[in-house]
Amino acid sequence: MVETLKITDLHVAVEGKPILHGVNLTINRGETHALMGPNGSGKSTLGNAVMGHPSYEVTGGSIELNGENILAWDATQRSRAGIFMAFQRPMAIPGVKMAEFLRHATTNVRNPDRKEGEELIPMRQFRKELTEKMGQLRMDPEFARRYVNDGFSGGEMKRAEILQMAMLRPKFAILDETDSGLDVDAVKLASESIAEIGGDQMGILIITHHDKLLERNAPDFTHVMLGGKLVETGGVELAHELYTEGYDRIRAAYPEAAAAGEAMTEASAV
Amino acid sequence: MSATLTKTGFTQDAFDAFMSTRNEPAWLSDLRRDSWSRFTEMAMPSSRDEEWMRTDIRLFKLDKYSLAADAVEVSLPQALLATGVELGGRGVSIDSRSVESQLSEKWSSRGVLFGSLDTMLVEHGDLLRPYLERHLVSPSYDKIAALNAACWSGGNLLFVPKGVRVDEPLHSLSVMSDGGTDLGKTLVVLEEGAEATLLSETASSEPDGGGLHCGSIELIVERGARLRYVNLQNWGSGVWHFAHQMAHVGANANLQWTIGALGSRLAKVNQHVALIGQDAEAQVNGVMFTQGKQHLCYNTYQHHQAEYCQSDLLYKAALQDQSRTVWRGMIKVDEGAQRTNAYQRNDNLMLSTTARADSIPGLEIEADDVRCTHGSTSGRVDDHQLFYAMTRGYTRKEAVRMIVSGFFQQVFDRITIESVREALGEAIGRRVRDIEE
Ligand SMILES: Nc1ncnc2c1ncn2[C@@H]1O[C@H](COP(=O)(O)OP(=O)(O)OP(=O)(O)O)[C@@H](O)[C@H]1O
Ligand SMILES: [Mg+2]
Repeated sequence: MVETLKITDLHVAVEGKPILHGVNLTINRGETHALMGPNGSGKSTLGNAVMGHPSYEVTGGSIELNGENILAWDATQRSRAGIFMAFQRPMAIPGVKMAEFLRHATTNVRNPDRKEGEELIPMRQFRKELTEKMGQLRMDPEFARRYVNDGFSGGEMKRAEILQMAMLRPKFAILDETDSGLDVDAVKLASESIAEIGGDQMGILIITHHDKLLERNAPDFTHVMLGGKLVETGGVELAHELYTEGYDRIRAAYPEAAAAGEAMTEASAV
Repeated sequence: MSATLTKTGFTQDAFDAFMSTRNEPAWLSDLRRDSWSRFTEMAMPSSRDEEWMRTDIRLFKLDKYSLAADAVEVSLPQALLATGVELGGRGVSIDSRSVESQLSEKWSSRGVLFGSLDTMLVEHGDLLRPYLERHLVSPSYDKIAALNAACWSGGNLLFVPKGVRVDEPLHSLSVMSDGGTDLGKTLVVLEEGAEATLLSETASSEPDGGGLHCGSIELIVERGARLRYVNLQNWGSGVWHFAHQMAHVGANANLQWTIGALGSRLAKVNQHVALIGQDAEAQVNGVMFTQGKQHLCYNTYQHHQAEYCQSDLLYKAALQDQSRTVWRGMIKVDEGAQRTNAYQRNDNLMLSTTARADSIPGLEIEADDVRCTHGSTSGRVDDHQLFYAMTRGYTRKEAVRMIVSGFFQQVFDRITIESVREALGEAIGRRVRDIEE
């Protein structure tokens, strides 16, 4: 049976402020979905809620992995179950080297039942794999010795997120604006990385404002978020339309959601 | 041993009895008596003294502890710093009484002295006298310094003659029994061009043991010599730790001094580095981890007395539970100490909202051509960082541990002795539980 990540009528609030107002989205393993929408409409909030960020409070609805409600799981359990997110703004962890960070991460995700203190993946095996993946992404080997996201350029951070995805080989991956900040070559490499893990092995949600990443990873579905709701779903042609035409048609078609979006933007501006 | 010795308290009788058991040269006895009279004249420090303003010792009762109590049998705690290290010599003391001391023939044949300071003084009094009489730690500094100068026993001596490079680390372990007293004194002398690494650690026989440590450390690094000195304080959680520590770094000499502060109930330490010859260099590293209701107060002093010297101090502390640290740092540059480069920095990582770190840097500069910088930071483990690591398969606890070890990495990177980095990293890792909101 195909594995599924199913989001049903999801309501999310941040600091008591409602952001998502009933999101429905089903991603099957092997599918590529694009998620577009104006700034502040709630795209990253959806990703964070799926990953289990404690600041994003789920006030209604459910998130199910293969039929099991995962809302009570913490981020550790979700990541070990194969859900991954490449963040729009990854966090720096000063003093912790990329290689060290990833060796631990990779071990934990590959052996979800690992208890703290148990063996890590053998160093040689890990190094070999890491070097290979970094080579594919044309990353300087020196990168492995740098501290996690500490002083990385915007593009380096995004490459590092792709590298992590490549090492962790998730079942479901949310790429939150991974393409912004990447130069044209890097977008190509990122796409190759996705293809290498096997686009057909992953359920992918690409959050983007561009169509560069989508060109190489043609979405099976495109969703539009407005004011904390998915208001429209279409195919790849919808992504192209939004990219070239903008959101005027969408706003006009969904005045309620557009108004909610306005209200959210104003509230956060205060 | 006479019965008076087993009574508690630092009384005249106790001191007289102590002196009657010592078989020391007259100059040393005179020095002890002189310091003793200072001790009896001085009052205990109190919150009126600036150095003690943030460190409350009203619950400390000196009379509960005793001078030269009978030796007790204890099981030795595991030494942390010596794991996997090929040592050139080692020494163990219990309640500042030497119980073991070895130095490899390779080094003793070249004139290196390593062992208990009191025995060494009996055998090599003439050689060591001038160094002790330099009084790096002044007996009149305060009542605590006077007590140590009068009553120290056991202790560690490392003497390396001119030009001898001891390339195997030496290790000393000072153990305190529960309720015991440690009045140790460390003297290290590196003659011109000599080199050595001394790893010393202090620990209680029980992790929750109590007691009193009143100690002094004097490091004399002569012209062109290089000393790496590590001092890991890992006393039991009931120990009162009072110490005066001072180094003299001569022309072209180099000192790397690493302090690990993990143990004790309350610590009040003065760590003083004086750069007394041109082009002297000192690097001071401090690694502190506190928990429970621990209170650790470190006063550091970088004294530039000569031209072209460099001192670089970095203290990092992570605080758990309701613990508290106080760091007061001073860079003093004398009028003649032109072209000084001096840095000091203190970073604190709070692992609970009830912990508190006071960070008080200070500069006192009398020369006009100097580069001095100081800074301090205080931060918390960030929830977003924790979340980020958890989305990469880390448990919350693993994530906290990793972030804490990352925090210390900058100071570990400076410590050039692998076993020390590892021991400190592991000891801290074991202590980290979770962050408390
Ligand atoms: N951690 C947070 N704290 C406070 N407000 C937040 C937080 N995360 C999101 N918000 C608010 O929720 C709303 C939606 O933000 P979100 O980041 O999900 O938008 P987005 O669609 O990803 O936008 P963009 O395209 O700019 O990345 C915004 O008003 C934002 O300010
Ligand atoms: Mg976003």
